[in-house]
Amino acid sequence: MNFNITDIPLNSYLALSAILFSIGVIGVLTRRNAIVVFMCIELMLNSVNLTLVAFSAFHGNITGQILVFFVMAVAAAEAAVGLAIIIALFRNKMTMNIDEINIMKW
Amino acid sequence: MHEYISYIVLLPFIGFLINGIFGKKFSEKFSGIIGSSAVGITFAIAVMIFFEMLKLPVEERSHIVTIFSWIAAGSLSINAAYQVDQLSILMTLIVTGVGFLIHVYSIGYMHGDKGFWRFFAYLNLFIFMMLNLVLADNFLLMFLGWEGVGLCSYLLIGFWHDKKFDTGGYKTGEATTSDAAKKAFVVNRIGDFGFLIAMFLIFNLFGTLAFEDVFSRASAIIPIGDTTMFWITLLLFLGATGKSAQIPLFVWLPDAMAGPTPVSALIHAATMVTAGVYMVARCSVLYALAPASMEIVAIVGIATAFFAATMGLVQNDIKKILAYSTISQLGYMFLGLGVGAFAAGIFHVMTHAFFKALLFLGAGAVIHAMHDEQDIQKMGGLKSKMPATYKTFFIAALAIAGIPPLSGFFSKDEILWKAFSDGSVVYFIIGWITAGLTAFYMFRLVSLTFEGKERWSHDKHPHEAPKVMTVPLIILAVLSVVGGFVGIPHALGGGNAIEQWLEPIFKRANLHLATGHHSGLTTEYLLMILSVFVGVAGIYFARKLYLQNPELVERLTTSFRNIHKLLWNKYFVDEIYDATVVTPIVKGSDKLLWKGFDVGIIDGIVNGSAKLTAWISSWMRKIQFGAVQNYAMVFVLGIIIILGILILK
Amino acid sequence: MNITELFAIAPIISITIVSLIVLLVEALVKRSEGLSYWISVVGLVVTAYFAIATLPLIGTAFNRMVTVGGFGSMFATLFSIAALLTIILSKDYLQKEHANFTEFYLLILFSTLGMMLMASAADLIVIFLGLELMSICLYVLAGFLRKKVLANEASLKYFLLGAFATGFLLYGIALLYGASGTTNISFIVQNSSTLSASPFFWIGLGLLLIGFAFKVGAVPFHMWVPDVYQGSPTTVSGFMATGAKAAAFAAFVLIFLHPQSENSEQVKTVLAVISAASMIVGNIIAISQSNIKRMLAYSSIAHAGYMLAGLAAGNQLGKTGILFYLVTYTFMNIGAFGILSLLEREEDKNLTFDDYAGLGFKRPFLAALMAIFMFSLAGIPPFAGFFGKYYVFVAAINANLTWLAILGVLMSVVSVYYYLRLTVLMYFKEGDMQIEGIISKTSLAVLTIAALIIIQLGVYPSSILNIINNLN
Repeated sequence: MNFNITDIPLNSYLALSAILFSIGVIGVLTRRNAIVVFMCIELMLNSVNLTLVAFSAFHGNITGQILVFFVMAVAAAEAAVGLAIIIALFRNKMTMNIDEINIMKW
Repeated sequence: MHEYISYIVLLPFIGFLINGIFGKKFSEKFSGIIGSSAVGITFAIAVMIFFEMLKLPVEERSHIVTIFSWIAAGSLSINAAYQVDQLSILMTLIVTGVGFLIHVYSIGYMHGDKGFWRFFAYLNLFIFMMLNLVLADNFLLMFLGWEGVGLCSYLLIGFWHDKKFDTGGYKTGEATTSDAAKKAFVVNRIGDFGFLIAMFLIFNLFGTLAFEDVFSRASAIIPIGDTTMFWITLLLFLGATGKSAQIPLFVWLPDAMAGPTPVSALIHAATMVTAGVYMVARCSVLYALAPASMEIVAIVGIATAFFAATMGLVQNDIKKILAYSTISQLGYMFLGLGVGAFAAGIFHVMTHAFFKALLFLGAGAVIHAMHDEQDIQKMGGLKSKMPATYKTFFIAALAIAGIPPLSGFFSKDEILWKAFSDGSVVYFIIGWITAGLTAFYMFRLVSLTFEGKERWSHDKHPHEAPKVMTVPLIILAVLSVVGGFVGIPHALGGGNAIEQWLEPIFKRANLHLATGHHSGLTTEYLLMILSVFVGVAGIYFARKLYLQNPELVERLTTSFRNIHKLLWNKYFVDEIYDATVVTPIVKGSDKLLWKGFDVGIIDGIVNGSAKLTAWISSWMRKIQFGAVQNYAMVFVLGIIIILGILILK
Repeated sequence: MNITELFAIAPIISITIVSLIVLLVEALVKRSEGLSYWISVVGLVVTAYFAIATLPLIGTAFNRMVTVGGFGSMFATLFSIAALLTIILSKDYLQKEHANFTEFYLLILFSTLGMMLMASAADLIVIFLGLELMSICLYVLAGFLRKKVLANEASLKYFLLGAFATGFLLYGIALLYGASGTTNISFIVQNSSTLSASPFFWIGLGLLLIGFAFKVGAVPFHMWVPDVYQGSPTTVSGFMATGAKAAAFAAFVLIFLHPQSENSEQVKTVLAVISAASMIVGNIIAISQSNIKRMLAYSSIAHAGYMLAGLAAGNQLGKTGILFYLVTYTFMNIGAFGILSLLEREEDKNLTFDDYAGLGFKRPFLAALMAIFMFSLAGIPPFAGFFGKYYVFVAAINANLTWLAILGVLMSVVSVYYYLRLTVLMYFKEGDMQIEGIISKTSLAVLTIAALIIIQLGVYPSSILNIINNLN
């Protein structure tokens, strides 16, 4: 059977990426470990990448794919900075549980 | 000559800069001379402009002097420009003339104070701001001055920042002058809120903020009784009630007496508090188009006049009595404006500036002599110790009591007469009773302070004030006597010069006002005799009670103790504001949250709303849990709401 | 690409080169902070010069990726000045905190570059890149004092929520791209009436709006603001409150106040609601704060609300108002945070209201400057803060949002309470503040200039309004 990727309708890609995005959001809202929360955010970004690629194929221009490369680069930079921040915090507080990071409030 | 108006405004500012920047190094004398001469020269120029104007034919007297193009942003274009006309030059003369005398007086009064130069810098800044207020040719510049005088008033009330002061039963012992300053500032902001909104509405309606354009357009296109105009004028009047201490925003003025006495004389009696009157008079056209607002102005005015006078009956603090008297007299002015007698209102501004400044300066001399004692129950018999102060004070008291031919008689009588002929009999009757009360409390004050037995301990040695203080008193006394002659009504064979002088300003407003039925001369004479009678009666009873029958006062106080208590506590206004707004909310709340939070700063309605806001605030801040995920949760909720609005339309 | 295009984006190129030089200096020179400080200062002055020089240009460059001149250059000037003031004020502060490292200057420069890209973007991709460049630098700057727990906490909260918001912003861009087939801003805005049939367009626009609302700190996306401002180095808080906020507003204006379109009623409603909520929440919670940094954070939420009122109005006056507001706000807020940073002591001492009691007698000059900043923030004439508010509220009334203007004026009356509280404490109460560390003449001079500019813009606002009105 000859399977062509464009046979799958656009809406399926969009639905999949919306589901992935929602999973990411729910993860951010519920998980307690800072690194897991951060990975959920990465999941959100990557689901957007999927949307972009799908739209790019749909419209037949490559703007979306260019943006995807930028997003990946930015996500990498964010990962580097984010992990550094988490390590700095861990050195001072010996915890990764974001519920315990609440000195400043009100 | 009128183009020199920019110097008038600039000179006090230069005085402020000189004293403000270098003042610390100056001797007292030099600071005082700089400060006073800045205002003195200004006054001299104003007088020259005035005489120049007198020579011109009536239609050429009004000029607009543009200094520079201030703001130009799209449809919004405003010049920094001064309007020199009959009304503004009159106000300028009052502000600089009385201001100059008070500056001179302050050289003596503030002698030895470590903030001497600072005091003169602030006073000069005040004059600068006040001149911007009265000379502005548009609402925005007027608002700038309006805010500026508020700022100076705030700085000057709190001048002796750590001094305790007596609020008159409410939270005694806790308050300091800085609390009084803050109260004044915040109450005034409520009024400014009205002013600002009114200004926005005016801009929206007319597309400009320049007085001339707004008034001519309003006069041409707005029908009488227009709803928008009603709201604009009402909001402007809200601003006026703040600045001019009328019901419901009068609560700050008695506390403002915590400032140095020359400040009370200049800002809280002669000039700044009359800014509201000036503003309403300046906008007379707008008010003429909103009869309902005029009615409200008149009612608020007469009510304030009456209630403030009754509160003044039982006070014992010499400055507090004068403060309530000021509120009451301002009420008269608003009554005049409310019944369409704009010229009469401004006339009373002028005479009131003379005699009230004189009363305050006299009170200052007394307080000085008595080593900061302000309770008149602990005075008495000062007549022989300080004759000049006594005589001038007596003249001022006669003037405010409305005894002819002193200035107060003519201006007050003009207002009462207009209230009768163009307003209603009720206005007249209440105003008439208030006149009697005024005479009574003023002579209660005179009797208890200067006459009768000496009730002070004899380690005090009261003495007459130095020349630099008494000379201004004498000049003001002369003005209090003759100041009314510019407004002798036709009924008494005078020309009512001041009304004629101001006629071109109020011409447009008068066109829209239904001209009242004119009662005959006989009625006018009759009313005049009635008001003289009630003034004399008030004086007579006050002297009789307080000089000859002091024990009768005691008896009266006990038999009418409920009324006395009511008056003594100023109708419990502060407490009512507190109880209705604050207590129901505070009761359920966590007391701990109040700790470390200075809620006791502002009482009255301000305290009410401040406490309410503070309580809401301390409750609202708890949403900020500190945990990231709660923040993210709020974030997501916000997204759902916003996308909901966008998609569901 | 040709030489004219390079010249057209001279401010962006200039700041990029300065950043790269500082990066090299960092790598090659030992104890390079003094040198990099001076390179940054000179570089920012040069950048500001280029930004002013490119003001008259019109058009786009690099295949319609960036706009040149006008609006972008005005913002580039503002960002360079904000960065310049921040860097100068930070020197004293960093020495006091024993954290005077070259990276600080580098990060400020890079984030300034990000801001400039945002303000001169003609394409959503450029907005995204600028925003991320700015944000990632600010995440690090927030936690720059890495030994302090509060700084770690601020940094982590900012980072997690910032990245979270980026996800939504990016999703918004993706959906707008899906609806229109392009990421060009002018194209999307001009065809908004035809595009608006698609639900992707609305969701995309909404998510974009939310992403920017997060960066300006508008309710309900404001929760990070108080914590991050409190925990970050004080001068960085000032930079975030001004530069980052101005950049996000620039992006807002580029999309929602585009000259060739008018906002639909729904967008107007959303902006007005966010604006109202920010004014209320910011002002009211600020009252019960005891830490001044936190108070300023809540007040910055309120100020975002005032500016959003101009955005909701959606007219030319609103745009003028926002730009004028941002200029004045930059000076007064950097000034206020600057004074805090000069007086702050180790372990977050000297940051509460009570600490400032009696400052008017102890340090009369600093207290006078602080009073000017406070009065201006409260919107009391003749200080510039008044006119900013004035314009945005007039704009709102012109756009039939009278209720919003009334609410705004009412809320600025409320705000007087907490701004005035600081002034009262400084001048009318006795106190004994211990001041440590250096307060250099340079810092004082910078603060004085900021105060003078505030007075100058208050007395003669036309000086900057003329520039704003002539922007393309």
